[in-house]
Amino acid sequence: MLSRNNIFETIEMIDKQHLDIRTITMGISLLDCVSEDAARCSERIYDKICRRAEHLVRVGEEIESEFGIPIVNKRISVTPIALVAGGCDTEDFVPFAVTLDEAAKNCGVNFIGGFSALVHKGFARGDELLLRAIPQALAQTNFVCSSVNVASTRAGINMDAVARMGRIIKETARLTADRDGLGCAKLVVFCNAVEDNPFMAGAFHGVGEADSVINVGVSGPGVVYHALQRCKGKPFDTVAETIKKTAFQVTRMGQMVASEASRRLGTPFGIVDLSLAPTPARGDSVARILEEMGLEVCGTHGTTAALALLNDAVKKGGVMASGHVGGLSGAFIPVSEDEGMIAAAQSGVLALDKLEAMTCVCSVGLDMIAVPGDTPAETLSAIIADEAAIGMVNSKTTAVRVIPVAGKDVGDTVELGGLLGSAPVMPVHRESAAVFVARGGRIPAPLQSLKN
Amino acid sequence: MEPIKAIVTVLGQDQVGIIAGVCNLLAAEQVNVLDISQTILQGYFTMMMVVDVAACATPFDELSQQLRTFGEGRGLVIRIQREDIFDAMHKI
Repeated sequence: MLSRNNIFETIEMIDKQHLDIRTITMGISLLDCVSEDAARCSERIYDKICRRAEHLVRVGEEIESEFGIPIVNKRISVTPIALVAGGCDTEDFVPFAVTLDEAAKNCGVNFIGGFSALVHKGFARGDELLLRAIPQALAQTNFVCSSVNVASTRAGINMDAVARMGRIIKETARLTADRDGLGCAKLVVFCNAVEDNPFMAGAFHGVGEADSVINVGVSGPGVVYHALQRCKGKPFDTVAETIKKTAFQVTRMGQMVASEASRRLGTPFGIVDLSLAPTPARGDSVARILEEMGLEVCGTHGTTAALALLNDAVKKGGVMASGHVGGLSGAFIPVSEDEGMIAAAQSGVLALDKLEAMTCVCSVGLDMIAVPGDTPAETLSAIIADEAAIGMVNSKTTAVRVIPVAGKDVGDTVELGGLLGSAPVMPVHRESAAVFVARGGRIPAPLQSLKN
Repeated sequence: MEPIKAIVTVLGQDQVGIIAGVCNLLAAEQVNVLDISQTILQGYFTMMMVVDVAACATPFDELSQQLRTFGEGRGLVIRIQREDIFDAMHKI
């Protein structure tokens, strides 16, 4: 029997500690939309998305109302467009992005992911054309998110793709300069991208997935932060145990919402993504959890260890609470979307190098980081290469989402709006990596034994 | 008919007629009260009711809005939520 304490504990988590479902994402396969005729292909894509996701937003709102739990985002992910449109009689892929944008608008979702290509070993025709279209696609659309997988543990790092992504990010920033490079906030470069990620901007619907599927991303940094306030001065065993219990509760709620959404939409349940996703709201920050463990400011020595514990405990607590776990599953550290990270970066304590170290022990990578507008493309590529190397060697997903903001330099702040938050422009090393990046070719896949 | 259980919670300044008012509203909507527990914590009224909404013809969000409106005029926060969410979080 539920006790009154249980009931009011849940209500307090929702009311005061920002407990919510971060996203219900419907993955939709577009493989049956293939056509040689580009216009016909677009039409099929639009029709299929609108048909499958017709009730997504309404059902999400019904669940919010009935269960009293906010569902912040309703989103769609689709099969990478490079695969769907590769056989079309066109060289211009921008119209496909426009189609996705219109479908997203029609369904009422706030993002659609899947303007994507998987090029970790090389480029096929569709990949080539998709990469070429990314800057214009992101400049001309509002809801479309793009991602490119440039490396994997099994294939190594495609350094030609890494070099191109640096230039594509620069071009996207230039084309969306009037919006402080907003296009780059919707573009992720991955190593070991996953096929069932419900979170944007990196979501796409993998080819191994069912025709359509419901994936749910949970959140709850605020809940973990509040729980830890009750164990001040206690040993790390207690800290880990507390985080596990909290993550269990949060994930159970996510599982329930996922099952309910899946049933009401008549769409199979895919996975729950056990993530600790912050928002710019005060009290909903991953950085503040790390500081609650005893660090004066996030980014100082000890931060990586604190994050390692947090990330592992969230997974251990969450994994038993859900039938199927997947996606990115881990603590996110997007700088612009986390009030504590923003403060730590502004104070100069949290630097890019420390963030890179932190990505070795958490999901997902260098995320939502603003850098000076005059950062060379080669430097962006080198940042991507470093991050991909971490993912490749450690068999984990890593990603880079950086925004070189035109006309802005270290000390300035960029307002991206809404959940994307605001980002202090962070310094990058000025020493060039141009000769390194210009080599091209592939960095071979790493040995998976003799691990030291 | 299979019961559809929901939890009504009321929080706010204690005053005459809270239980009567909420119960009248629920009765008018054919919502059956299964259990009530209520206490005063530091002058604050807190009540939790387990109800069955299976026979209620009004859509859930409208019922929820009616309760909210009833509370707002009296300085009370009144919610109705399906029981499943609490079960999920607190029962293994």
